[in-house]
Amino acid sequence: MRSRVREFDSSTLNESVQNTIMRDLKAVGKKFMHVLYPRKSNTLLRDWDLWGPLILCVTLALMLQRGSVDSEKDGGPQFAEVFVIVWFGAVTITLNSKLLGGNISFFQSLCVLGYCILPLTVAMLVCRLVLLAELGPINFMVRLFVVIVMFAWSIVASTAFLADSQPPNRKALAVYPVFLFYFVISWMILTFTPQ
Amino acid sequence: MAAVDDLQFEEFGDATTSLAANPDATTISIEDPGETPKHQPGPPRGSGREEDDELLGNDDSDKTELLAGQKKSSPFWTFEYYQTFFDVDTYQVFDRIKGSLLPIPGKNFVRLYIRSNPDLYGPFWICATLVFAIAISGNLSNFLIHLGEKTYHYVPEFRKGQTAVITTKTDAKGASIQHTYRVPTACWERYQPGSGAVKTRKIRSPDPVRQMDVLGMSIAATIIYAYAWLVPLALWGFLVWRNSKVMNIVSYSFLEIVCVYGYSLFIYIPTAILWIIPQKAVRWILVTIALGISGSVLAMTFWPAVREDNRRIALATVVTIVLLHMLLSVGCLAYFFDAPEMDHLPATTAAPNQTVAAAKSH
Repeated sequence: MRSRVREFDSSTLNESVQNTIMRDLKAVGKKFMHVLYPRKSNTLLRDWDLWGPLILCVTLALMLQRGSVDSEKDGGPQFAEVFVIVWFGAVTITLNSKLLGGNISFFQSLCVLGYCILPLTVAMLVCRLVLLAELGPINFMVRLFVVIVMFAWSIVASTAFLADSQPPNRKALAVYPVFLFYFVISWMILTFTPQ
Repeated sequence: MAAVDDLQFEEFGDATTSLAANPDATTISIEDPGETPKHQPGPPRGSGREEDDELLGNDDSDKTELLAGQKKSSPFWTFEYYQTFFDVDTYQVFDRIKGSLLPIPGKNFVRLYIRSNPDLYGPFWICATLVFAIAISGNLSNFLIHLGEKTYHYVPEFRKGQTAVITTKTDAKGASIQHTYRVPTACWERYQPGSGAVKTRKIRSPDPVRQMDVLGMSIAATIIYAYAWLVPLALWGFLVWRNSKVMNIVSYSFLEIVCVYGYSLFIYIPTAILWIIPQKAVRWILVTIALGISGSVLAMTFWPAVREDNRRIALATVVTIVLLHMLLSVGCLAYFFDAPEMDHLPATTAAPNQTVAAAKSH
């Protein structure tokens, strides 16, 4: 029994580190593609992983944090605050959908919600680039448009994966918290001002 | 045999006629699931069934009462126990929200919508939405008020724990409008030398003056959730205590009270969004309407529960409920929304707190 277990382990234990990392990165990349072009597929749900959500959340939090503690600043989230909001929000939504009777597992739901932050992270990058230009109403309009489009994309992507797991008469109840979650993140992105 | 049949039939008829004659009679809510269900059938179920009523009809009601009793019998450490609190469908949630928006005198919110199926979905998510609505609308409203300002002066710690922010704006006629508002002093400002002196900061318009205020939002969330749970707890305890002294016909369970409070907060969400309009009169009208609607929902729900009691205690209870509600709404809104434009003053003369600040700095 023990030798059999050891045999099974050595197949991935002896491979080079590059192989391991590339395999995980490819899985993450495949899931990114699924989010960008949402179709009804089970890949996100079947092989869930939390690497993608972690990368996205850290990127978003790094970009959203206000700079060094400056004496003239107030408000604006810190890194830890964004991180906590994202993860705590995702956990709450997952608990909510499970309590409503959904048949999705805890980590599958976290995985989907985390991966669907990808459009909003892209929006954050675009906003930061746009903010390098001259500030003004046009600047704000461009950012508003980008954030709205990405917000809609996130909602569509996550609904494509999550809606099927709920009983049909409670779909709206399960989708509304997702809407609220992405709305708050979009608001944080939209009101970001670099100092 | 015929006599027995007649008796059975009559019993069924009695229940329906008595309920039909007195629709306002409230039934004693059976909280304890272990209690054996009463022999009389409850609200008329299979109205079409005839002879077999005695067996089938009673059996059904017995079964349903047993099932209702079994609803919450999972031990509290299992997941299924908490699932029973989320056993609502979309249309039920919408119905309950509608009920909280349109208080009809005589219709009891609990009896009409919630009876025997209180849910925690509504209260939780309505409170969450309210917190975010207040924070975001406050941000937007402040942005609109301070639009067009290029620089602002601020006096950290001009009073203990408070920083005064003085913004200057030029209006269409070319006059300078000064507007002062107070914010809590940031902790890094508090002990710096030179706090109390006027500092200047340029703001890049038209971006909002303040980004999303996470600390303020956390405070608001704590207050709203505490209100939505602790006040019902206190009220339930009070009602239980009064019930032991005065036999009340109506009694509510703790979850039903939480449910009423949660749904009654729904009206504040559109109110908070409409508070973006920076007009004082509009804001006062909005908050009065919201308070009127949700206060009346609460009052009409709890009046039947205390009506049997001593007149003064009953009135005091209802008044306290409404007062606490008002305190919550006005407090939250006042904290997040800056006062709209004050009458414009020339840049040199200032309101009293500004002169204090100016005097301190010179």
